[in-house]
Amino acid sequence: MIGLLRSEWVKLRSIRSTVWTTAGLVVVMVSFAYLNSAIASRDAERLPAGEATRTALGAAPFASLIVASLGVLAISSEYRTGMIRTTLLAVPRRGRMLAAKAATFAVFTFAVNLLTCLAAFLVGQAVLGSHGASPEEPGVLRMVAGCALYLTGTGLFGLALGALVRHTAGGVVAVIVALFVLPQLAGTLPDGAGARLMPYVTSVAGMRIMSSAPGVLTPWAGFGVFCLWLAAAALAALVLLGRRDA
Amino acid sequence: MPGSQRETVPPEDDFRRPGREAGRVITAANLTKRYGRTFAVNGLSFTVKSGRVTGFLGPNGAGKSTTMRMILGLDRPTAGDAHIDGRPYREFEQPLRKVGALLDARSVHGGRSARNHLLCLAYSNGLPASRVGEVLEEVGLASVADRRLGGFSLGMFQRLGIAGALLGDPEVLLFDEPVNGLDPEGIVWVRTLMRRLAAEGRTVLVSSHLMSEMAQTADHLIVIGRGRLLADAGVSDFIRRSSQGYVRVRCADTALLASHLPEGSTTAHGDHVRITGISARAAGEAAAAAGIALHELVEVQPSLEAAYMELTQASAEFTTGRP
Repeated sequence: MIGLLRSEWVKLRSIRSTVWTTAGLVVVMVSFAYLNSAIASRDAERLPAGEATRTALGAAPFASLIVASLGVLAISSEYRTGMIRTTLLAVPRRGRMLAAKAATFAVFTFAVNLLTCLAAFLVGQAVLGSHGASPEEPGVLRMVAGCALYLTGTGLFGLALGALVRHTAGGVVAVIVALFVLPQLAGTLPDGAGARLMPYVTSVAGMRIMSSAPGVLTPWAGFGVFCLWLAAAALAALVLLGRRDA
Repeated sequence: MPGSQRETVPPEDDFRRPGREAGRVITAANLTKRYGRTFAVNGLSFTVKSGRVTGFLGPNGAGKSTTMRMILGLDRPTAGDAHIDGRPYREFEQPLRKVGALLDARSVHGGRSARNHLLCLAYSNGLPASRVGEVLEEVGLASVADRRLGGFSLGMFQRLGIAGALLGDPEVLLFDEPVNGLDPEGIVWVRTLMRRLAAEGRTVLVSSHLMSEMAQTADHLIVIGRGRLLADAGVSDFIRRSSQGYVRVRCADTALLASHLPEGSTTAHGDHVRITGISARAAGEAAAAAGIALHELVEVQPSLEAAYMELTQASAEFTTGRP
């Protein structure tokens, strides 16, 4: 298994889209943290800690799209180039291959996401100055680390959907549908069903981990529900990968 | 056990040990692949033995690549199965140590360098990174090892694919159309490589749609057409079984000669006559007995190419007549 992880790590680091996507993620998160906090700092009153943190992490929805796209690409690029056949010749136990790919991707993106979220938080608080939050205040660290966790989760979601769809553009569309369109659709359900279901829908549930507002689900319960969605997508990907011809 | 994994060929798997030379290494049993209503491969059974080059021949679309993909676990057979050393490919933990394969040589990520591409493969099978340099050297790509694959020519891709196949020093090798896109020097190199691998006792299965190529490389032929087995024979047997041999005769009065030979054994071809079914000696003696002066009497051996064409054409005619 160590060899498989090393192999997937070489794959991930040896293509340029990884570098560009990671750079894009950092730029988006940090610049939004700066801009959001600059706007918020005009208000004379001190922000609650949770609000100040949320302001700094404001680009998370966009960032989730970037990380999820990287996840899609991690597998769809293999299908586009035909590399998947070379990969499966070397590792015919397909479940292991996907597990190694997911694990490598998760470790790499979580490290990047955590550093990026910390940087965004620190930039935001620096801009807010005395109005900002300090890491010691309750919920702040959970929100920052939670943002990194959520982004990593969306990346894995992208990887699972990419493995299902086997196509880059199709995979990104699937991600947009799952994370952005599905909550909208749920909201349109009649007779209050939308309102009842909404807290359990993909991104709505997942982003509870980086929220300080009270809600139906606690932050960790929300993230747990998001992980169930992720598990369902991963299971479907695993089953189909084993059955389909490469 | 990282220590034992680093060995290129595990000792217990040493194929060079005696007694394995005649082993049946690759077996296909009733292998079938159906796409909708068309059969790409239809009830194919054969075995491939070690120590020789087995040519896997058939016209384009005969099902060669599909068969190889099923042997290598990429495609799932609709029926039947394929094994390498008694095991389905999908069960191999580190298959590159046992089986090397070149399918579509362009199945690589264009943004990666040759070295990184092979490094992924090496790590995934617990092979030392030093093997990458060795195989790059062996296939003549050492000087472009760090260049992005996107700029490679088809011939360079073929060499890279062969490097990947050799990476784990495997005892079984499958090559799908390996000389595609190679220059004459490259073709000779591949031919020599196949011969050498077989001479070392390895099992080599090479597909091609060109009989002329196989004639110079293979010891044994498996010929398929429309997904069905047409022939499974040694190269010389294959020629002998063909009915394409004939005796060419020239003389002044071909009709007179024909009247002295068994009925139906002659056909006129311009200024000469082709005689089938009797030897040149018998034809010459019949002519002498009748007092006919022969200007030419030649026994024409069938070529491998002609035998192949005859076989595959027959298969096409055979199948098109069916619903």
